[in-house]
Amino acid sequence: MLYFIEQCLNGVQLGMLLFLLAAGLTLIFGIMDLVNLAHGSLYMIGAYFAATFAALTGSFIAGALLALLATLLVGMAVEVIAMRRLYGRDHLDHVLGTFGLLLFFNELVRLIWGPAGMTLPLPSQMLTAVEVLPGVYYPLYRLVIILSTLVVALLLYLLVMRTRIGMLIRAGASNREMVGALGVNIKLLYTLVFGLGAALAGFAGLMQAPILTVQIGMGENILILAFVVIIIGGIGSIRGAFVASIFVGLIDTVGRAFLPDLLRLFLSTNAASSAGPAISSMLIYMLMAAILVFRPEGLFPASNK
Amino acid sequence: MSAWLNLRNVFVVALVVMLALVPVYAALIGNYFLMSLFTRIVILAMAAVSLNLIMGFGGMVSFGHAAYLGIGGYAIGILAKEGINSGFLQWPLALAMSALFALAVGALSLRTRGVYFIMITLAFAQMVYYIAIGLDRYGGDDGMTIYKRSQFGDLINLSNKTAFYYLCLALLLLTVYVVWRIVNSRFGMVIQGARSNDRRMRAIGFPTYRYKLVCFVIAGTICGLAGALLVNHTDFISPAVMHWTRSGDLIVMAVLGGMGTVFGPVIGAVALLVLEEVLSGVTEYWQIIMGPIFLLVVLFARGGIDGVLLGASRD
Repeated sequence: MLYFIEQCLNGVQLGMLLFLLAAGLTLIFGIMDLVNLAHGSLYMIGAYFAATFAALTGSFIAGALLALLATLLVGMAVEVIAMRRLYGRDHLDHVLGTFGLLLFFNELVRLIWGPAGMTLPLPSQMLTAVEVLPGVYYPLYRLVIILSTLVVALLLYLLVMRTRIGMLIRAGASNREMVGALGVNIKLLYTLVFGLGAALAGFAGLMQAPILTVQIGMGENILILAFVVIIIGGIGSIRGAFVASIFVGLIDTVGRAFLPDLLRLFLSTNAASSAGPAISSMLIYMLMAAILVFRPEGLFPASNK
Repeated sequence: MSAWLNLRNVFVVALVVMLALVPVYAALIGNYFLMSLFTRIVILAMAAVSLNLIMGFGGMVSFGHAAYLGIGGYAIGILAKEGINSGFLQWPLALAMSALFALAVGALSLRTRGVYFIMITLAFAQMVYYIAIGLDRYGGDDGMTIYKRSQFGDLINLSNKTAFYYLCLALLLLTVYVVWRIVNSRFGMVIQGARSNDRRMRAIGFPTYRYKLVCFVIAGTICGLAGALLVNHTDFISPAVMHWTRSGDLIVMAVLGGMGTVFGPVIGAVALLVLEEVLSGVTEYWQIIMGPIFLLVVLFARGGIDGVLLGASRD
């Protein structure tokens, strides 16, 4: 039972991470109608920046803040140099162009930081475990990830729904020309939105960096999971992304932890231990397929599309 | 007659002749690496031609096409591991498994369109990738070596490099011919009609979902055959064969060569893989050049190489 609670918390933590990526992706898709495969690269770059700046400044927090700012700037630069030229084109063009960017970023990181991975050590006060329920201890840092992501999600909601910038962003999503005609600098707005998406991805990367090794290509597998999340949640919907992230995070983590044992009840030990990992890695894709059969547009299709 | 004699068609014929002469040239200069490189190019060109059938003509942008390379490959590899080496058994099974998987994926993903379709095909391919990693008995993440190529009795010996190359080339040309026949048939017209305006095609009475599904299965099956060739070429199979960047490479080949024609992806495959080889000889960090090239192709050369040649031929 204790193990189950711990795994659920791990699932929520993975879900939160996925949300940070999926929110950026879905925001960029919903507003600019752009499919961005290089989103995972921004996640990777965030982690590399955090590891570098934390080593330079000697402080985890300062490193994280600098990395966040740097990823935001990289995102905005990428938008101005490359992405801007892809708006209004075919989705196939987006896929190809951003695939090229992804290869470029992977190689650039290898050139700058070398092929070996990096580590981002945690400050010592983060290394303790907290008693979340009587008898259940959970690493403090993972709780910090969950809580800070919740705060970010809330801030994002407030930004999009309650501020003037958010109003312009929503207006830009429904009618780009009209917003431009009313005197809003829509180009700058798009650059800001892309930078915001990049910063969210970078935040996910730097929060995850102390748990995993920082390495080339770290953003790719999680990017595909984020795609699954936004397919399930409905493309363009941040609320959908939030719900689907937690779903996917929980099912993936809990499935991996318990499915092999569950299979052992029906199959021989040998068959279960060989089939278990394969089947549990299929779980979320089966969930996606099931949802597609009943709701091809996802759980919460964005209303303006 | 003169309508056929233009720059583009001369180029295509020259390319085919060049591909046919590769073994002769390799034997003359004694460079067997060249032979191995071109065997790979021919096999991947076949996969790219099959992808172009659904992507270029059907408008179905599948980002999971490498999965069929893996399924065809693993069908052969698993049978070989279990001691069944007859190609007469291995190859039909490889084709059947690819077709079945294409049927399942197509049936689900063709319910959607646009970006959803791109991402769903990617996700299903990723699922197969992880299943292959989970197959401990068949090498898991590390893959497995195949000690004996498919046996076709006295018909052909696949271990003979030249014979194998010509088999691959013949199958590639056959694929191009089959796809060309499909595209110009009534069936192909329906597929292209559905790409331009699906709703109108349905309104005049074509069940486009079924047509597209059949087309999707044909493309998957051809790519499964390419997968069967690929394991016989490398004598090795691992999940890396269907890594998602491989699916991306196949899309690049089709777009780089030109999606509007049946032969375009062959040009694209040769161009991409030769360029890759040349660049990796120049610098270890060749992808730093390759990535921006993709972006430039998207921005400035939408018709691909074949499109440029066709344009030059019209003047």
